[in-house]
Amino acid sequence: MNIVVCVKYVPDAQADRTFSPDDNTTDRENVDGLLSELDEYPVEEALKLADATDGKVIVLTVGPEDATDAARKALQMGAHEAVHVQDDAIHGSDALATSKVLAAAIAKLEYDLILTGMASTDGSMGVVPAMLAERLGLPQITLASELTIEGGKAVIRRDNDASTEIIEASLPAVVSVTDQINEPRYPSFKGIMAAKKKPLQTWSLEDLGLTADEVGSAAAWTTVTSVAERPARTAGQVVTDEGDGGAKLVEFLAGAKLV
Amino acid sequence: MDLNDAAVDLAGLDELLNDDERDVQRAVRTMAQSRIAPYVADWFERGTVDDPRGLVRELGELGVLGMHLTGYGCAGLSATEYGLTCLELEAVDSGIRSLVSVQGSLAMYALWRFGSEEVKTQWLPAMAAGDAVGCFGLTEPDHGSDPSGMTTRARRDGSDWVINGGKMWITNGSIADVAVIWAQTDEGIRGFAVPTSTPGFSAVEIRHKLSLRASITSELTMDEVRVPEECVFPEVRGLGGPLTCLAEARFGVVWGAMGAARTCLSTALRYAVERSQFGRPVAGFQLTQQKLADMELEYVKGMLLAMHLARRKDAGTLRSAQVSLGKLNNVREALEICRTARTILGANGISLEYPVIRHMNNLESVLTYEGTVEMHTLVIGKALTGIDAFR
Ligand SMILES: Cc1cc2nc3c(=O)[nH]c(=O)nc-3n(C[C@H](O)[C@H](O)[C@H](O)COP(=O)(O)OP(=O)(O)OC[C@H]3O[C@@H](n4cnc5c(N)ncnc54)[C@H](O)[C@@H]3O)c2cc1C
Ligand SMILES: Cc1cc2nc3c(=O)[nH]c(=O)nc-3n(C[C@H](O)[C@H](O)[C@H](O)COP(=O)(O)OP(=O)(O)OC[C@H]3O[C@@H](n4cnc5c(N)ncnc54)[C@H](O)[C@@H]3O)c2cc1C
Repeated sequence: MNIVVCVKYVPDAQADRTFSPDDNTTDRENVDGLLSELDEYPVEEALKLADATDGKVIVLTVGPEDATDAARKALQMGAHEAVHVQDDAIHGSDALATSKVLAAAIAKLEYDLILTGMASTDGSMGVVPAMLAERLGLPQITLASELTIEGGKAVIRRDNDASTEIIEASLPAVVSVTDQINEPRYPSFKGIMAAKKKPLQTWSLEDLGLTADEVGSAAAWTTVTSVAERPARTAGQVVTDEGDGGAKLVEFLAGAKLV
Repeated sequence: MDLNDAAVDLAGLDELLNDDERDVQRAVRTMAQSRIAPYVADWFERGTVDDPRGLVRELGELGVLGMHLTGYGCAGLSATEYGLTCLELEAVDSGIRSLVSVQGSLAMYALWRFGSEEVKTQWLPAMAAGDAVGCFGLTEPDHGSDPSGMTTRARRDGSDWVINGGKMWITNGSIADVAVIWAQTDEGIRGFAVPTSTPGFSAVEIRHKLSLRASITSELTMDEVRVPEECVFPEVRGLGGPLTCLAEARFGVVWGAMGAARTCLSTALRYAVERSQFGRPVAGFQLTQQKLADMELEYVKGMLLAMHLARRKDAGTLRSAQVSLGKLNNVREALEICRTARTILGANGISLEYPVIRHMNNLESVLTYEGTVEMHTLVIGKALTGIDAFR
């Protein structure tokens, strides 16, 4: 079974997030980046499925030059091949355009299953999997906390607050997985060394038959018009209970429109 | 992941590493932070390691055990990568780095360098995978800095060897499957790979330590322990054998100590900024800034020395007096950094809720083992003057 896993390269959440002043896009150049933590889960799931079926895992990332790091990390974890779509024109793409690029790249690959994370850790819209399935004309099942492949079908479990759903779709399908599905492995030294010899291809828009005007900020349906840092937290208000503590609390909560 | 903690990497040390080295460092850091760091303070407090064999197996899966050796299932990585591994492990706890040093640089290295082919194939792959644990017995109750007078003896008996004696302060001793034992023979000091299951071999854990509490230290007793000929190291005679192994492990200590220092420095830095007294952060007082600046300076210098020694080791030009420079400087300065960090944390500095006093206490052992401060001072003195001041 061939599994394509979409992985995103995101700024390290431990470092300060900055935005480029010119176009309000996330600054991905001056910050250390990494494989989005939530995308380690689909990689792990793909590796387990591939192990069980003697299959192949191909990771796909769309992003700037350094996004190779995300692909490399997945290769170190055990993925077999990687594709990195890189083109300056892609900078500033919104979710629609990103899904277009991903779909065009996937169309060039052989696959039985496409796995994604539940959301990226930076944009975190969680819409790319759905858009991707739509563009590829494939069934999508989202937010899987369990995934099995049975007789040409993908079967997932989705845990809601009130219920647990079992959902199936015929293959090929797009499946997004949550952080409950497994415990991602970390790369071992053997994995790190093996990754150096694994194929990592870089594709441009041209390779995908796309043109610059279909992607990037110019083609975006949405624009981030401004970004502002959340104001620093101010000191809390201490309520001293002089018999009327309860009333004061309610007053505070009501004042903040919390009740 | 910010590998070298931008907050304390004023000098831009991160730039000295290549991508492969960063990948190795990141892998160890990820494993150590997720699998060991959350538990180690508790192990330290209880003076034990929960499931040490499970831990060894996980370290084996990662690939750190004997990582700088080649063949026999070892990863064959560089000295720099081994150093970075020690740095990240000891940033979590010196006891964990000790476990790995003893397994990889003392026990495995001794077998790999000096052992018979039978011994190598029997032990090395299992030790690299973490399925077997090794220890290294040189020190005795009455012979520490001067092991030449050791009283453990091995005598030939037909084609076998029979060993009698005792070893003291042996890391991993009680959990080891194989012990590298150095003993007097009629042909001088020789080394043996002794399966710990051999009748007459026993290990008792040493209690009451206030340092390296998340590390197992044992006393070994050998009473008519009989091993076959293939267990003796064929070529090596005299103290050169064990001293070569110690130089290997010591190189890891040069790096590891800086890991403990890094953790204490960054903990103290964060604490000083967050903690306010007299209406301002304690980091805002000149006295605190003096401490932080001195800690930073020694950290950067120690890292540069470690890096330099690693590049020499990779180039094959590292001499043992150079390792002494690193061991003496880096452990001494790391300990000073940890002690200063402790003062910055005030009362919290003595609590196991913070890593500082644990690292500080651990480094007291590291200061003594692998050659005491005094021994390395004399090594350096001799290298400079040509005069031996040991006796
Ligand atoms: C702060 C911020 C706000 C934004 N707001 C909007 C907005 O309102 N509207 C809009 O259209 N765009 C917006 N964007 C841009 C958008 O987030 C990105 O363009 C991104 O490519 C798609 O969305 P996501 O990161 O939210 O992905 P999600 O939909 O959260 O990602 C889900 C999964 O899709 C896959 N995936 C996503 N991106 C990639 C990739 N580049 N390569 C490989 N796999 C990938 C991964 O498997 C991931 O786990 C915003 C970006 C930021 C940083
Ligand atoms: C936690 C821990 C783990 C250990 N693990 C191992 C292990 O796995 N295997 C192993 O073989 N050993 C191990 N050791 C032992 C360690 O290597 C010895 O403790 C060390 O070599 C010092 O020996 P000693 O304790 O007998 O001190 P001594 O040699 O008795 O020294 C006492 C003091 O005298 C000083 N001194 C001695 N000679 C001179 C001199 N000529 N001039 C000036 N000063 C001098 C020393 O520097 C020291 O300050 C371990 C020790 C500890 C604490």
